[in-house]
Amino acid sequence: MDTVDTLEVMAPGPFTTIQDRGRYGYGRYGVAPSGAVDSFSLRVANLVVDNPENEACLEITLSGFKVKVLQEVAVAVTGADLQAYHDKRPLQMWTSCILEKGSFLSLRGVKSGCRAYLAMGGGISLPEVLASKSTNLSSGFGGLEGRTLRKGDILASTSPHLHLKTEGRSFPPAWIPAYGKKAHLRVILGPQDDQFTENGKRTFLNSTYHVSPDSDRTGIRLVGSIVERSPEAGESIISEGVISGTIQVPGDGQPIVILAELVTGGYRKIATVITADLPLLGQLKPGDRVTFQQVSLDDAYREHRKMEERITWFKDLIFQ
Amino acid sequence: MRYQRPLFRIMGDRSLLVELGDEISPSLNRSVRKLFVALMENPIAGLVETMPAYRSLLITYDALITDVAALTHRIEDLQGKAEDIEIPGPKTVEIPVAYGGEYGPDLEWVAQYHRISPHDVIQLHTGTIYQVYMIGFTPGFPYMGELPEQLAVPRRETPRIVIPEGSVAIAQRQTGIYPVESPGGWYVLGRTPLKLFSPSLSPPALLEMGDRVRFFSIAAGEYKQWTR
Repeated sequence: MDTVDTLEVMAPGPFTTIQDRGRYGYGRYGVAPSGAVDSFSLRVANLVVDNPENEACLEITLSGFKVKVLQEVAVAVTGADLQAYHDKRPLQMWTSCILEKGSFLSLRGVKSGCRAYLAMGGGISLPEVLASKSTNLSSGFGGLEGRTLRKGDILASTSPHLHLKTEGRSFPPAWIPAYGKKAHLRVILGPQDDQFTENGKRTFLNSTYHVSPDSDRTGIRLVGSIVERSPEAGESIISEGVISGTIQVPGDGQPIVILAELVTGGYRKIATVITADLPLLGQLKPGDRVTFQQVSLDDAYREHRKMEERITWFKDLIFQ
Repeated sequence: MRYQRPLFRIMGDRSLLVELGDEISPSLNRSVRKLFVALMENPIAGLVETMPAYRSLLITYDALITDVAALTHRIEDLQGKAEDIEIPGPKTVEIPVAYGGEYGPDLEWVAQYHRISPHDVIQLHTGTIYQVYMIGFTPGFPYMGELPEQLAVPRRETPRIVIPEGSVAIAQRQTGIYPVESPGGWYVLGRTPLKLFSPSLSPPALLEMGDRVRFFSIAAGEYKQWTR
């Protein structure tokens, strides 16, 4: 087990953090889960290069990212298509690619989706803080010193040479999610759908919303038709726990979909995005359009299992 | 009002909200704590996170292991017993606060709002034992009550962009402490030198839901000397 400096950040891009599948069990202390907002892509990236599924990856937003390779390493880029290049050649996504020492990996700009995940074979050698390597920006811990990446940061891996044999391993193209400019998200109504008018619920389910530029890992703000509350319902409720995918409607009637950095909220929640559609949610960027469709809890459980089956099938494929 | 039976609300396909009533009150919040402790002591397979709040518990689960029907059943069962079981008493924490001046920019305003002296504000704020209703907003931030009626203020219409770490603030019938520098809409009375949250400690937060808190006044000079 040797730890080797593997990548050096030449350009961090506008917002790059280290994330794994998140930090759980500390909600009672007000600690949000953080973690990859598209955890499906993170898990696949790790599996492609023979990492544990929950290993930390770089979550890279939109564009302008570049690293220099300090040590030969197998990498996988999944999630948003940010036009990955290995030196001057396009890099095949969702595939284990070998980057030789002295070469460069860059993500030049967004073609589809919002966030790409970069897994290094051998993981990112960093301590777990509160049982996770995910970055908690609000309190500045986890990840790399609890902050976004900067030029000059060095990322180390454990025994990267042991992962080079994964070269060419690919996730089946048919299972790669399509991230378009228009996302159709399935939701389960609740927990406070009874506090909106019938008209308000109809508006929510039949309108197209736009993603506001004022969106980040805490929440995706939507702009569109106003969702009407019941006349007796005030602006806010007694604060309670929230999870990612929950859609709260503040006083102005414009929905906000909660993402990974929030643990409590004090607004009414009309619906919650189903687990199977969280990867699509995490790939929304400003200007994208969103529609919502109501499904039943049983449908949601079934879709979640379908997504898990893809991961299980891929693991079987690798380990058989 | 406390409900006769817990109200279960579905939050998507991996969370269940268990609501015990519809008010902010110390007694209803104690019931939440009882159920929370009962859940901690009788772990349910597939539970990922349990988040206690004022009048509710949010339970996040792994839907590949359990489901709403099984959870509802288990929690109703536990809730029936929770009211009667003995649970460890909450701890009481004494918190030093440098009131007013650069540490408490809103002390004068609150005094004027209620037509009392800043000294009276400090007397009232330190003269009450508060109950921690919930930890939320940012890691380690305690929502506490009940603030004496004579100190109750609305939230600020325009939140401040930056409230320094350790700021002790009030809004409506509550008081809280900002563990890290953050934006905020509460009125700041003073600042504590104590660290409210530190990820390297176990537990990472100074306070937990259910704890009792009493503030005491220290001089600005003492604040500076306090070892962190």
